[in-house]
Amino acid sequence: MNVDLILFIGIGLVAVISAISMLASQNAIYSALFLVINFITIATLFLLMNAAFIAMVQITVYAGAIMVLFLFVIMLLGAERLQPTGSMPWQLPVAVLLGVVLIAEVVFALFHDASNAAQGLSGNVTQGFGSPTSIGLILFDQYLVPFEITSILLLVGMIGAIVITRGRGKENR
Amino acid sequence: MNVPLNYLLALSGVLFAIGVVGVLVRRNAIVIFMSIELMLNSANLAFIAFARSFAPAAEALRGHVLVFFVIAVAAAEVAVGLALIVVIFRTKKSIDVDQVSSLKG
Repeated sequence: MNVDLILFIGIGLVAVISAISMLASQNAIYSALFLVINFITIATLFLLMNAAFIAMVQITVYAGAIMVLFLFVIMLLGAERLQPTGSMPWQLPVAVLLGVVLIAEVVFALFHDASNAAQGLSGNVTQGFGSPTSIGLILFDQYLVPFEITSILLLVGMIGAIVITRGRGKENR
Repeated sequence: MNVPLNYLLALSGVLFAIGVVGVLVRRNAIVIFMSIELMLNSANLAFIAFARSFAPAAEALRGHVLVFFVIAVAAAEVAVGLALIVVIFRTKKSIDVDQVSSLKG
């Protein structure tokens, strides 16, 4: 048992517990904050796997911008809590059962073949692997067209959000 | 990071399954959206783990590029989705997904 494994187990436990807490908490604000914790732990894992640029993007875009948007909408609507309807009480056990089956399938698919179980992540990396320079080079060299299409996508998303929430004009207000 | 690749993929799968359970269990539309973000994030974790696994090759950075695009698409998706939730709340006075069963507002 090396240091990296202990570190991984600790970070993984924090990630899984924060994800479960996100589901379990009844207040949507707490759910959002638990999800922020989860994103930050995942960003730490990215850093440990030599993905510095992606880790920073994860923190700024996911844990920063997207979660602030979530918190803003929750507080704008004042919809932290929902009245329990209880229309489908059998839904919870069925969903948990399906989730457990999914986890079991994933674990079985990963570990039933012992030949690739020992493949570690300890291979050498070149200098600057995952740095903003290397990502930028490959992004603007080989993936220039998808990158530009992404800008169009973000523009369409922004305009779409504005148009959807704007309402249908003055006569409906 | 001297950890077997399978452990990271297992963590990714567990987080994905938690996200699936969240979509199935919760009625709050915002929490359902957060569960979808959790699923996207677990997929990103698998991408980065594979990129690190194939690390000496120059093609391994394509995993990072794909994660970059996934994050950009997630940002656009969240903006549009939260706008839809705001509009639904305006007409239904609730974001319970059980209430959004009729097509005509």
